[in-house]
Amino acid sequence: MVRKLKGQYGSGIREANSYLGQNYMVVEPSIVAELLQILRDREQFDYCVDITAVHYPAREEQFDLIWILYSFPRNERIRVKTMIVDGESARSAVSIWATANWLEREVYDMFGIRFDGHPDLKRILLPDGWKGYPLRKDYGIIQQDQEWVQANLGIESGQ
Amino acid sequence: MTDRTITDPKTADPTRFLSHLELDQPDKTFLDSNELIINMGPQHPATHGVLRVILKLDGEKVLGTECVIGYLHRGVEKIAENRTYTMFNPYVDRMDYVAAVSNGLGYCEAVEKLLNIEAPPRARYIRVILTELNRLASHQLWLGTHALDIGAMTPLFYTFRDREEILKIFEKYCGARLTTHAFRIGGCQYETYEGFERDVTKFLDFVPPKIDEYEELLTTNRIWLERTKGVGVISRADAIALGVTGPVLRASGVKWDLRKAQPYAAYSDFDFEIPIGANGDTYDRYTVRMQEMRQSLRIIRQAVERIPEGPIMAKVPKVMKPPVGEVYHSIEAPKGELGYFIVSDGSTQPYRVRVRPPSFVNLQALDIMVRGALVADVIAVIGTLDIVLGEVDR
Repeated sequence: MVRKLKGQYGSGIREANSYLGQNYMVVEPSIVAELLQILRDREQFDYCVDITAVHYPAREEQFDLIWILYSFPRNERIRVKTMIVDGESARSAVSIWATANWLEREVYDMFGIRFDGHPDLKRILLPDGWKGYPLRKDYGIIQQDQEWVQANLGIESGQ
Repeated sequence: MTDRTITDPKTADPTRFLSHLELDQPDKTFLDSNELIINMGPQHPATHGVLRVILKLDGEKVLGTECVIGYLHRGVEKIAENRTYTMFNPYVDRMDYVAAVSNGLGYCEAVEKLLNIEAPPRARYIRVILTELNRLASHQLWLGTHALDIGAMTPLFYTFRDREEILKIFEKYCGARLTTHAFRIGGCQYETYEGFERDVTKFLDFVPPKIDEYEELLTTNRIWLERTKGVGVISRADAIALGVTGPVLRASGVKWDLRKAQPYAAYSDFDFEIPIGANGDTYDRYTVRMQEMRQSLRIIRQAVERIPEGPIMAKVPKVMKPPVGEVYHSIEAPKGELGYFIVSDGSTQPYRVRVRPPSFVNLQALDIMVRGALVADVIAVIGTLDIVLGEVDR
């Protein structure tokens, strides 16, 4: 499969490897949406397990964006990873897997990564007016949006 | 009752059906339409926690729903980044707090994979026994509360009475009943107590007639059938597109269980069936879970009979520093696929822990399951999804 995809995309696939028996692919952000579509349509990865991100503030491309896919017919998992810079948005996968809706909303909520083409991109776990993205590394563990807390909860501090 | 057929994949154009309720539009209520927008929850006994559902209604008919979640958000994933691998272990119990043992199993196995170690066979058997007991306890709690929501009060007392026996075994084993912290990275902290096998075997003989009793109350009960058959139907195609897992997926006819598909712990050693449904309605999800309870008993019996002797802890360094890398490991929790994606940067603390919660993903299917149904069916469907808000919100 990887050989076939590599033939099609060449250097678009930066790395295709396996760690501790788990397969993953690192690809260019420009081809990721198309690749995900192909993985579902042609390679039968019909179940999108999870979409998540990791923040590396020291890197130029600050975010790892990860799709964990599973195929019922093949009983196989694969992770697709891409790296994007802060402020750049990714293409939404909602039209590929409906489950991406809430998963992408959570990534947006926690990391501030926007998804183009998402039908209703807004915060999901935190309140709508909240400022900041808690799972970024520069967000402290006890940090809160004081303004929001004071305005909405009527208390001095949430701590 | 809805007139939905199972062959109708509503997710074919997900952008259309998942469009939100347009709440910011001018309120037409009472003026030129019969549409009514009401809140259900967050403080409502039938929402199983602090879940708020905005319902758009036309009389009794549900036109659409929107879930507002996050009331119980504690930032579990952020906490993980600030704790060592061992310190984070008890936190995972607080997500799905009715199946704490499963949460712990998933986390411990994920870190073990990252460290490239394996728990010894005896520890793996103990893990299977406790996890399956916990699955049973979780299903019992689900059945009691679900039946109560629909209006049958007796099952609640029956299931809680019998669940108590499981909690007693947990308490004797590790001192805690709910947030057990039963397992450690590398195996188990505690050897089984004197008489553990006897207690478990006694329970295995005690509980099957009790499950018969629950079934007698409900399986052919006419009110139960009316309230559950054809309610909250989700087709096979929709269930897969929405990433639904666990009994909800199986009730839609997908024979998939991680214990069989990608065995972990010691599950490859045991014989058991994967019960499935055909119609994907609330009744099928009920029968699937009822059969799963019996299958769990079957697994536990085999495990108790064959439990090997030996150490219960692998060689684990005192200070855990997994090599740089990423790993995803998932298990079949009572509610579906529970996954942990852990990124290690080589230090004592995980760089990132992502929890893939089954309740969160399954809850997303609520909208598609209740559209066109009645308000009373919303209650039935929230119950049948078996969500725990501690896990939805983390």
